[in-house]
Amino acid sequence: MISLSYFLVFAAALFCIGLYGVLARKNAIAILMGIELMLNAVVINLIAFWRFRSPEMITGQAFGVIVFAVAAAEVAVGLALFIAIFRRRNTIAADEIDLLKW
Amino acid sequence: MTVMQVVFLVTAVVSLGGAVMVVTTRNLIHAALWLILTLFGVAVMYGLLSAPFFTVIQVVIYIGAIAILMIFAIMLTRRVKQEPGSSVNKGWWLAGLMALVLFTALVWMLSTWPGFQTTLPELPQDFDSIKVLGAALVSTEGYVIPFEIASVLLLAALIGSVAVAWERKS
Amino acid sequence: MEPSTIVWLLPVPPLLAFFLIIFLTNRNKTFSHLLGITAALLSFVGSMVIVTLAIRSGHLGEEPFTSVINWFPTGDTWFQIGVWVDPLTVATLFFVAITILMIFIYSVGYHNFGQPKGDHDQPGLPPHGATLEDEHGHKHRVPSIEPMYSRFFAFISLFAFGMYVLVVSNNLLTLFVGWEIMGLCSYLLIGFWYAKPSAKAAAVKAFLTTRIGDVVMLLGLAYLYYLAGSLSYDVIFSEETLHLLTSTGTPFVGISAAVLIGLFLFFGTVGKSAQWPLHVWLPDAMEGPTPVSAMIHAATMVSAGVYLVIRVFPIISAGMQHGEPTITMNVMAFIGAFTGLFAATIALAQNDIKRVLAYSTISQLGYMIAAIGIGAYVAAAFHLFTHAFFKALLFLGSGSVIHGVEHGVLHTGEDIDPQDMFNMGGLRKKMPLTFWTFLIGGFALSGFPFITAGFWSKDEILADAFAHANWPVLIVLAFAALLTAFYTMRQITLTFLGKSRTKSAEHAVESKWTMTLPLVLLAAFAIIAGWPGIPGDFPLIGGFIPNFVHEFVGETLAEHPEAITFSWIPLLISLGVSLGGLALGWWVYRDIPAGAPDPLEKPLGPVYKLLKNKYYFDELYNYIFVRPSLWLSQTFTYLWLDRKLIDGFLHFISRITFSLGSIFRNYIDKPVINGFGDFVGESVKRIGRTGRFIQTGRVQQYMVMALIIAFGTLFYYLFILSQP
Repeated sequence: MISLSYFLVFAAALFCIGLYGVLARKNAIAILMGIELMLNAVVINLIAFWRFRSPEMITGQAFGVIVFAVAAAEVAVGLALFIAIFRRRNTIAADEIDLLKW
Repeated sequence: MTVMQVVFLVTAVVSLGGAVMVVTTRNLIHAALWLILTLFGVAVMYGLLSAPFFTVIQVVIYIGAIAILMIFAIMLTRRVKQEPGSSVNKGWWLAGLMALVLFTALVWMLSTWPGFQTTLPELPQDFDSIKVLGAALVSTEGYVIPFEIASVLLLAALIGSVAVAWERKS
Repeated sequence: MEPSTIVWLLPVPPLLAFFLIIFLTNRNKTFSHLLGITAALLSFVGSMVIVTLAIRSGHLGEEPFTSVINWFPTGDTWFQIGVWVDPLTVATLFFVAITILMIFIYSVGYHNFGQPKGDHDQPGLPPHGATLEDEHGHKHRVPSIEPMYSRFFAFISLFAFGMYVLVVSNNLLTLFVGWEIMGLCSYLLIGFWYAKPSAKAAAVKAFLTTRIGDVVMLLGLAYLYYLAGSLSYDVIFSEETLHLLTSTGTPFVGISAAVLIGLFLFFGTVGKSAQWPLHVWLPDAMEGPTPVSAMIHAATMVSAGVYLVIRVFPIISAGMQHGEPTITMNVMAFIGAFTGLFAATIALAQNDIKRVLAYSTISQLGYMIAAIGIGAYVAAAFHLFTHAFFKALLFLGSGSVIHGVEHGVLHTGEDIDPQDMFNMGGLRKKMPLTFWTFLIGGFALSGFPFITAGFWSKDEILADAFAHANWPVLIVLAFAALLTAFYTMRQITLTFLGKSRTKSAEHAVESKWTMTLPLVLLAAFAIIAGWPGIPGDFPLIGGFIPNFVHEFVGETLAEHPEAITFSWIPLLISLGVSLGGLALGWWVYRDIPAGAPDPLEKPLGPVYKLLKNKYYFDELYNYIFVRPSLWLSQTFTYLWLDRKLIDGFLHFISRITFSLGSIFRNYIDKPVINGFGDFVGESVKRIGRTGRFIQTGRVQQYMVMALIIAFGTLFYYLFILSQP
């Protein structure tokens, strides 16, 4: 039988991989991909808990929906930012964008 | 080994493998494609978790919108010359270490929690999660307020991203 | 009003005039001389009132007008000062008041009041004349007004104050105060034309020489105070005090305290009255304007010295046994007689009209002191009294002569010394008033018989010497009288008689009324001042007027001195020396042509040179005292002690301080303190420089660090802290 642990471990692994991607990748969009991975892990966690612990309450799913919406919004804004930065700095590598506007 | 477990294992391997590829590929388009794969895997997970709504949404939004958007952004932010050098920055080993430590810590902590091994409870027969979810999202005793706020957020994000990325006519 | 109140007020008008002139009327010449003359007049009137009251009181000797106040506390009691009018005071007040007033009036004319300002006149130098242009365009030079006119009146007012204080005081301390005030004014007035180096030097010389006398006098006063406990006349001249003084011994063998004090006080007089050996300042003091010479060196200041010894006669004569003079008196007789002759010899060879009078003053003062020395108290006071009048007259007359000749000098433009008698001559016709008054004064000085005052007072001294069988004094004083008459007639002949020896003398004019009026008034006194002193038993004229001087002044002493019985011998000696001297003087010096040498030069030979150079005393003092003092001050004290020793010490300290400072600077301040400051700054910089590498701007690094810290904290809280 599948227990909660399966999903939780899976989500943890996904989260950690996403974390590695955020911390280690140079390209900003790659970092964003890592963030997406982490967010997905979170939602999996939420749904898993809903399913296994309190399926009669729809709270878990509602929470997940909201997280989804936020993630989408955040990606949109982040990519807009990257494009704006790319226009100005002509680079999108995170370790090259290290100076504030002066 | 039940069918569910096999399905789970395969899906998990695919997803995690895809995730690993996402964070290690040099070529960004490839990374985006691997991300799509990973997201597919996650969608399947949602299905295993009796949340069909999320499966659909995952595919439609995450893959259909977000990943495509990412590909757009990758295209738009390409340099003329392909940048040489590694795809990771200097402190990648520390990042890997951190990720590992976090994973280990999380798993270990979870294993001490008694609810770790909860089994799958039975759902009622005519349980329509979508209907219940829908009702919850718009009912005042439910989650209408977060729902509305999320829509405002999306509006703000929409306007904001347009404003940020607006090309100034010089 | 009590007489003593008036006496307190006598010194006040001149003092007020001094302050008012200085603070208010310094710019206005008219107001200044008005203030001065009014003050002198007020004091004169007050003095005459006192004189009248005193003579009327009948027994002033036993009951003088006196009044005291407490001045400063001394232990349990107070030191008291006050006023004292006894017969001696009255006599002195009389001549002091008159002569001061005359001199004030004379000064108005002498300093050319009313004349225009000079062409190149500077304050500090005598006026040199102004050029006036008349209607025809002729320029002629006239005398110009003294630029420091008001200052002169201020100073002589202060001087008058000092003299009045001295005369009316009832104790030796305020007498000394007046004495010193006059010394100061003497300095100020001798050096009146302060831009002349000779005047400056003369002023300093006068002050320093009299200072020597003053210091010894102060010692005497201190010793007297120590023994007697007071300096008031009524205490120190009392029987008990005199007995105490004569019986107290001193470290000097054979000299009692009375003798020592008497000698010390006398030494003050030696300085003030220019007796040998402190005579050197008086001739040089002729650098001052002539009214100054008249006032200070004839009528008042030098008289103050004689006044002092007359006043303290009880102390000087204390311990007299059987009419034998005391040691002090013998010393005084010697110094007085010696000075009298000494100065008279020098006067023979002087050509400056004022110098002759200066030495004459020294000589006459010697007379008075010799008189005290032989115990002739009344004669000394009498001669002081008459001498003031005729000497002031002579000095003022000489001032008038000099003014006349100066007028001639301005007119003709000749370059001669207007004070040299050999440049004068024939002034009898040009300046008749001056001539007649000067003649009267000169005769009085020589002791012309019967009509002049000087005869009676001089004769009295000689008679006294004869009566006490004091042959040395008699012979010396008689010879001095002969010389006095001789040089006086020499002076009159050279100046007034014969023909003018220079053009300036030909063009001399008589002086203005402000100058000749005092001359006339003083001449009157020079004649009549002697008559109150005619001895009662004088043949023919004695007895018409009682011997007022003897009666009145003699009252001052506790024991009324006995009158000297008349004797023909001293009278004949007096007549002989005075008439003989006068005749000889006229005969030798008549008809000296211009440019001719002094007729005495050849016969006296080298002696003449000695006399002309005043026996080289100035050079001697210069060698013995002045040069060593200068060496002491300039070389020893200034160069060696002050600059090398003290300044060297200070330089040494400064060098130590300096090197200490640079040690501190270079070894402590710079390395340690600056170093510490630099260190702090530098370390902050370095920390910053190293620390800034955290700020990479790279978001991922920030996140890694945040995660590490978060994990660390979490780990700590969850595992470490929850351990039991």
